[in-house]
Amino acid sequence: MLATLPLPFFFFIGGLVSIFLPKGAVKSSFVCLVPVIALLVLLNGDWEAGFKIQFLGLELNFMRVDNLSTVFGIIFCIAAFLGNLFAFHLRESTQPFVALIYSGAAIGAVFAGDLITLFVYWELTAISSVFLIWARKTEGAYHAGMRYLIIQVLSGVVLLFGVALFYFETGSISFVKMELNSWATALIFVAFGIKCAFPFMHNWLQDSYPSATITGTVILSAFTTKLAVYALARGFPGTELLIYIGAAMTVFPIFFAEVENDLRKVLAYSLNNQLGFMVVGVGVGTELALNGTAAHAFSHILYKALLFMSVGAVLFRTGTSRASELGGLYRTMPLTAIFCLIGAASISAFPLFSGFVSKSLIMSGAGKEHYQFIWLILVFASAGVLSHSGIKVPYFTFFHHDSGKRPNEAPVHMLLAMGLTATLCIYIGIFPNNLYAIMPFEVKYDPYTFEHILTQLQLLCFAILAFYILSKLNQLPSETRSINLDFDWTYRVFLPSIIGKLLIFLEAAEQKGLKLFNKSLRSFIDKVYHVSGPEGVMTRILTSGTMVLFIAIVLLVVLGIILL
Amino acid sequence: MASEIKQGTLELVNHLPILQVITPMLIAPILVVLNNKTLSWLLSFVGALACLFISILLIQAVSDGSILTYYLGGWVPPIGIEYRIDAVSAILLFLISIISAIVLIFSYSSLHAEIPEEKHTLFYSCFLLCLTGLLGVVATADIFNVFVFLEISSLSTYVLVAQGAFLDRRALSASFNYLIMGTIGATFFVIGIGYIYMATGSLNMMDIAERVNQFGDNRTIQAGFAFIVVGMGLKLAMVPLHVWLPNAYTFAPTVVTCFLAATATKVALYVLIRFVFSVFNYEDIFVNELFFLLLMPLAVIAMIAASVIAIFKQNLKKLLAYSSLAQIGYMLLGLSLMSQKGLASSLVHMVNHGFTKAALFMSLGAFMLNTKNVYIKSLSGLGKSMPFTSAAFVIGGLSLIGVPGTAGFISKWLLLEAALETGYWLVAILIIASSLFAVIYVWKIIEVLYFSESSESYNEVSVLTLMPIWILALFCIFLGINTSLTVDVAIMATEILFK
Repeated sequence: MLATLPLPFFFFIGGLVSIFLPKGAVKSSFVCLVPVIALLVLLNGDWEAGFKIQFLGLELNFMRVDNLSTVFGIIFCIAAFLGNLFAFHLRESTQPFVALIYSGAAIGAVFAGDLITLFVYWELTAISSVFLIWARKTEGAYHAGMRYLIIQVLSGVVLLFGVALFYFETGSISFVKMELNSWATALIFVAFGIKCAFPFMHNWLQDSYPSATITGTVILSAFTTKLAVYALARGFPGTELLIYIGAAMTVFPIFFAEVENDLRKVLAYSLNNQLGFMVVGVGVGTELALNGTAAHAFSHILYKALLFMSVGAVLFRTGTSRASELGGLYRTMPLTAIFCLIGAASISAFPLFSGFVSKSLIMSGAGKEHYQFIWLILVFASAGVLSHSGIKVPYFTFFHHDSGKRPNEAPVHMLLAMGLTATLCIYIGIFPNNLYAIMPFEVKYDPYTFEHILTQLQLLCFAILAFYILSKLNQLPSETRSINLDFDWTYRVFLPSIIGKLLIFLEAAEQKGLKLFNKSLRSFIDKVYHVSGPEGVMTRILTSGTMVLFIAIVLLVVLGIILL
Repeated sequence: MASEIKQGTLELVNHLPILQVITPMLIAPILVVLNNKTLSWLLSFVGALACLFISILLIQAVSDGSILTYYLGGWVPPIGIEYRIDAVSAILLFLISIISAIVLIFSYSSLHAEIPEEKHTLFYSCFLLCLTGLLGVVATADIFNVFVFLEISSLSTYVLVAQGAFLDRRALSASFNYLIMGTIGATFFVIGIGYIYMATGSLNMMDIAERVNQFGDNRTIQAGFAFIVVGMGLKLAMVPLHVWLPNAYTFAPTVVTCFLAATATKVALYVLIRFVFSVFNYEDIFVNELFFLLLMPLAVIAMIAASVIAIFKQNLKKLLAYSSLAQIGYMLLGLSLMSQKGLASSLVHMVNHGFTKAALFMSLGAFMLNTKNVYIKSLSGLGKSMPFTSAAFVIGGLSLIGVPGTAGFISKWLLLEAALETGYWLVAILIIASSLFAVIYVWKIIEVLYFSESSESYNEVSVLTLMPIWILALFCIFLGINTSLTVDVAIMATEILFK
């Protein structure tokens, strides 16, 4: 009986039940259990027929389970479990409830067989996830959440409009491969793009994720953007435009990540960069590349969650996630440091770690279709990832100069969550075939060839070397011997000075534009208020005589239209 | 469409059309005679329940596409008065009856806060007369009878609105303005009827429809149509003839506002629909031109302008009143698209908006029992101290915006579909824009309810007050999930009208 219920409903029911459970271990265990049950139901259920209902004469399918959606369904359930485990210490009602609703909505969207269902869940992810940001209860988080909500809901509105147009053009609402050749599909594409943080639509990501609660960021990082990647892989595989968008996405966040001080923001930028790889994979659109996208999404969710967890644990213990205020924490948080390094190794695609076996699928996919230039960009971006996520995050947090902070090791449940995630990262890296086995298409690929490992190691070694030389070189102008000041200087003054001028120029232009926009918007609103506000012309209380005059005019117009 | 006419025997079902109208009418004078506050509430409530029961029976009887007719006093039309119930009127009868029953539950606990006790009996009596009028307008197939019932409902409405004077004397001027406007509307309407009678010599809708077809291009009939459109435009508060509505809704007692907002304007719109489709020929050029050149632009203006005005309102009753104007714009727009889907969206929105607005006004009324006024500032922090009322308000608000899963979504979706189907792209965009404005003004209230600290703490209202509010809120969700009662019946109704 249970197996016939659509998967997201397990989360919704679980969420509702969780409200009534006593705060503490009972509630926390329960919210960890829900995704596990859902995963078991997904794997053991018989979903051949889907779950179809008739609504307004349209057939909606809540459960379209095929290879592609199953991959994302599995990883979403795992991510929900790990995220909830990481949040085991919470003693409140909002966050566990919202986390379940949010992950349930994301899973519902993945299994949506038609565009209407997709839209409903699309909006539900937006509305539910914002509470994870608001739960931080600071003024900044409130505003960041509001900005986030507006953009996410906008994406949903664009999607709805696109879907409506699509329906009237084709008479179909089924969510299948579309061609980017009409207004309808263009709107749907843009809606997906906003959620996927395409360049120039990406700011919400770096704005909101670091503003969320410690546990909220871990949950947030897994679902929204990967849902968008899934939607693109389902709707627009092989759209060449995506290759270039994806390539741009892999490159531009690198510079921002390099100069950013808040480590959670660094990770948000690198999230953007990793999405770029997946988008390129969707753009290439061959079986190999789509496998790469799915595999990379799978391993990415894990190692990105791991990185957010480790930085979150540090934030939990020290109260800060700023690179300049951290350092030397390996002494008292050795396990967290090791887990962070595993995450870093995975995102940098070291052999034997998960990023290696998934990213190479995408790169080979692009290479096989003769996108040499794109391939080079991706290589460059990989080096960039290594530098800001692979080295910068663990280096500044756990090594580097001693900040003097001696926090306790992370709580047990956080260590457990990180340990499980880290194990999965390594497991996937060593036994890639188990991951490949659940890919949408058959995988005939062996990442562990001699050349491949050699190339990757060369790249990684030279990137590390470059990092080292850069830090040594920049030590010279400084008079102090301690490397921390030098490197602080490097990444706060030196690197910005290269791109700084460009940024300053852009910023000035942006500011000017914003100011102009704000000013004209304000004066426009003032005018609207003047006309339609409480004292405005349009709401004035009229005398009966004036009203009757109106009536007479309307009658004249009506008579005129009818009789003339 | 198979339309089978049932007539003549003593079976109960054949007398339902008249029972529907006459039940509240007979109870009204009894109340005055008994002159007991509690008893009159009870009798009114029982009467409303009886109406609801009858209307459900009627829906069942006509949901297969058949039409029930009833000859008053056995006089055969066109001489006698005919009552005629088809799917279109059945939905409206259901809406009016159920809203009146729910509103009466609410009045039991709220009325004493708004109206002096000695006037309660007269209030209920007027309420029942108003109910009679509204039901009668929908049930009858005789155009002069429409006028009579319309006046019964209007006159009692003026009285009901004026009852707000106990709390705020501005109710008197609001009621007076409404009286002037409403009377002019009624006069125009009766002039229109006069023209039609002059040209055709008949007052029965079916009979006129036949004769109008024979006449072809006739100036008298066309002028009659113009007067009827303007008269009904006044009653249904079409922008720029809406000026009476915001003040009337704001200053009337909550019970009255709920009832009027959910039913009165819809009934006026129903009359317009009836005349366009069952009396005149909707294919005629002058009808189409009028809708395309005047009513559609006015509907769009109402949709946008009233929503914008609502954003700036501080008095929440007034805010919702302006939002009602915008929603009337949606309904008028659906009608003026002159397509089956457009008309269906219009009918569905009548029902959905009826429940939505009633839920909103009623939860405002519950707030008002505690705060004594409905300025947005005095609601701050009520989300915590009155969680159930606030939650119901949020559901109503979501339905007003048209969030999927609520009733509002269904009708807006139908309307959007209809607009795109007929090729009005710009209109479709404006519908969405207007929904965005609704997001703003609903959010404004939700933010005050949940995200601002309250200076005073109140107790949640009693269960008896919460019950009608939650019935309405649950209807908002139910009608958003199960569409068989609204959409299916509305499509059946449009097929009858577009025969």
